[in-house]
Amino acid sequence: MGQSQSLKIKDLIPELRKIVGDDYVLDDQADLLVYEYDGSIDRGNPVVVVLPDTAKKISQVLKLARSNSIPVVARGAGTGLSGGAIAEHGGIVLSMARMNQILEVNRSDRYAIVEPGVVNLDLSTHVASEGLYYAPDPSSQRACTIGGNIAENSGGPHCLAYGVTTNHVLGMEVVLADGTITWFGENERDGIGYDLRGITIGSEGTLAIVTKISVRLLRLPEHVKTMLMSFETIEDASAAVTGIIGAGMVPAALEMMDHFCIKAAEGAVGAGYPEGAGAVLLVELDGLLESVEEESEEIEAICREFSPLEIRVATDSLEREKLWSGRKGVLGALGRLAPNYYLVDGTIPRTKLVEVLKKINEISERSGYPIANLLHAGDGNLHPSILFDERKPGDVENILAIGAEILRICVDSGGVLSGEHGIGLEKQDQMPLMFSEEDMATMSLLRLAFETEDLLNPGKVFPTGAGCGDISQARAIARVGPGAYI
Amino acid sequence: MPEVGTVPKPTWLDESELYKCVHCGFCLQACPTYLSTGLETESPRGRIALMKAVNEGRLEISNQVMRHWDLCVQCRACEDVCPSGVPYGNLIEATMDHVRDYRRIGLLPRLVYEIALRYLLPNQKNLSVLVSMMDFYIKSGFQKLVRKTKILKLISRRLENLEMMTPTLNGEFFRADGHLYQSGMADAEKIQMLTGCVMPLTQGNQMRAAVRVLNKAGKDVEVPSSQVCCGAINSHVGDVEKTKDLARENIEAFSNGNPDGVIVVASAGCGARMKEYGPLLADDPEYSSKATNFSKRVVDINEYLNGTELQLGESVVPRVVTYQDSCHLANVQKVRDAPRDLLKSIEGVDFCELEEANICCGAGGTYMITEPEMAKGILANKMKNIIASKADTIATANPGCFMQLQNGIREAGLDVEVMYVTDLLDETYTKK
Repeated sequence: MGQSQSLKIKDLIPELRKIVGDDYVLDDQADLLVYEYDGSIDRGNPVVVVLPDTAKKISQVLKLARSNSIPVVARGAGTGLSGGAIAEHGGIVLSMARMNQILEVNRSDRYAIVEPGVVNLDLSTHVASEGLYYAPDPSSQRACTIGGNIAENSGGPHCLAYGVTTNHVLGMEVVLADGTITWFGENERDGIGYDLRGITIGSEGTLAIVTKISVRLLRLPEHVKTMLMSFETIEDASAAVTGIIGAGMVPAALEMMDHFCIKAAEGAVGAGYPEGAGAVLLVELDGLLESVEEESEEIEAICREFSPLEIRVATDSLEREKLWSGRKGVLGALGRLAPNYYLVDGTIPRTKLVEVLKKINEISERSGYPIANLLHAGDGNLHPSILFDERKPGDVENILAIGAEILRICVDSGGVLSGEHGIGLEKQDQMPLMFSEEDMATMSLLRLAFETEDLLNPGKVFPTGAGCGDISQARAIARVGPGAYI
Repeated sequence: MPEVGTVPKPTWLDESELYKCVHCGFCLQACPTYLSTGLETESPRGRIALMKAVNEGRLEISNQVMRHWDLCVQCRACEDVCPSGVPYGNLIEATMDHVRDYRRIGLLPRLVYEIALRYLLPNQKNLSVLVSMMDFYIKSGFQKLVRKTKILKLISRRLENLEMMTPTLNGEFFRADGHLYQSGMADAEKIQMLTGCVMPLTQGNQMRAAVRVLNKAGKDVEVPSSQVCCGAINSHVGDVEKTKDLARENIEAFSNGNPDGVIVVASAGCGARMKEYGPLLADDPEYSSKATNFSKRVVDINEYLNGTELQLGESVVPRVVTYQDSCHLANVQKVRDAPRDLLKSIEGVDFCELEEANICCGAGGTYMITEPEMAKGILANKMKNIIASKADTIATANPGCFMQLQNGIREAGLDVEVMYVTDLLDETYTKK
């Protein structure tokens, strides 16, 4: 971000105030400082933050920004884990916090129309009295927004059976880079023609700004059963996962946590995870009573082959919530073990769990950094979280290198770079590990169809350097340091 | 700006507490000021980020920065939902204490502060003079005259707002005069009670009701006469030294007679403060262990009654009741079920849950006076939920919440009565 950009934006502030109102244009140093972070390690300072409350105002802001060549970065709740909402190139941060209304709930057609700033869990809570819910449930669902979920195509524990965000969004109103307001997809059913809806989901705010969303709602299951199984070693737990999936079963959720996570989660909520276990599996089944009972017996039988220390079944909703609260709060709870974590989001074939976790453990032992493993084990989505202290010299460089190494292991094992957190700033330079030059060029062409001037969330998703992991590291360090306390 | 990896100089904050925050954002939806504004600066995560930035030398303490800290209601709901266990209450109190030196406060506000928080509230004699003056102001018809003529508006809008918040006096001042309120039961247990400052002043009748219920539960209740304000309001505005003085005085006041007996508190804010005398005086060699022991004796009245064999009276209480969590009862003392269980045990009470009962009402000790605009915004949300609940009675457990909810109900013109949980229990004995 150059000084000229900053000066140019300062000149536009009166106009921005006219569009969104005096109270919703922030440019004080303290105000800007709290918009520099998300839930991970990246940072970037915007020159101004605006909080519009209508698509029309967003359109006006985009037009103004465009005619002055100023970057615009949309932001939900700032819980992202790949730097997608970081204003790396300064410019305007467009906070969606005020666009938080649930506009319509259609019970018979099972959809809702919401604004992008609606908090994920609030939507499910709101429609629960209608016997409905919204399926994608990122662990940050207490805070993260539906708009942010669309940007990152977020997943969550229950995406194993139900699919990720893109499987639950029917259509949306968007503002294009030039300020045009239009609708992608359909309102109540899947669309025909080019799937512009699908292209936008997961595009991290680089193609358009989403201003209204039609989401699919599901009927709350008749019966839910949650089981906690503890094992002596993470290898046993992994083998049990492979066993369950290999038997052709698809539980609603199949989560794994290692001993670090167990300790942190216990400290946070006292969920009753057995301390001393090497790993636990959290398995949830839902559906009709009879089928849930049948499947749970089958899963128990499979797990018993791997000598579990304990199998516990949550008998009521309160106990179930407690088991889940430990899992959903575990990332933040790692703050109890170390001042910082760097969570790596990679996905591998489920048959490779034991092998890859062993390699991660070797890295941890070699480097001396504890690595806490929490996994959406059922779909092979790993979240190794490297524990460190940013204030120790060399820690930031080291953990970034470890993160890159883990991702390379994931890709080498036949997996992918990200399960659900997006590419953002964090992994853009690792894209070539997975995509050929032709692949990237095709994606660039698509971007150009939406955005010719690289002002909508610039510098995200696409690699910036020559495309090797080492460059990404150097860049990442340049981004977070010097003097950065994450 | 410090280099990566250099450990910043030690400051007013305990860094091991400050850097527990990993900015995951789980606190946002628990924070009344974030919910009301949608601004990251008015969120716990934002306020901590500002503390970190100041700590790291990236930001200077300015009026704007202090403003964001001032706007914190200190309800501590964020602490309750924080997976990382950030002791936010400690951080914000230490910060408020630290920034006092940076404030350029006019002579008049400083004088008002000194008189009110250091002289009036902690001292019963002075407090009773204030009560007589307020009583005269209301009963003489002065208040009516002032409100009718809107004369204060001519002086300042703020003064008028302040006048509108003059609390309704519910019965006579409940003095802590050393009296022992006896249950008349043969095997009664003797306990002690903190009266506090705001509650006995404005809600004397409610205190008397609380004592009656304790008597019915077979407890003889002593109100030690040398007790003082618990110090919650002082620590809220960052006067840690005065808070410590008050804590030491109370420890002495309650040590006469039964040094290990129960100390029941009817005001959630005071209970929370007193349960944390231990950490407050941890560095005081003379008082640290006394304070820890004192804190162990403190129990909230709802928590206490729910654990006794309370025999309710015969009267049926035909009310639709909802309950607003008092923040310092729920978030600090972690008492959530007890008041609800008590309410549900009353015959005739139709209990319904209040949406967002766990979100603050905006009272926050003196917050409703010092930050009227934000407090009103937060209260407006609360009123929406109260209307939706269709309750005719809203129960709570703290004098600040009691007054703030009364204000909201009066301004919204609702026909809803605000009561303590203990008032409703009392009705089973007294209602005809």
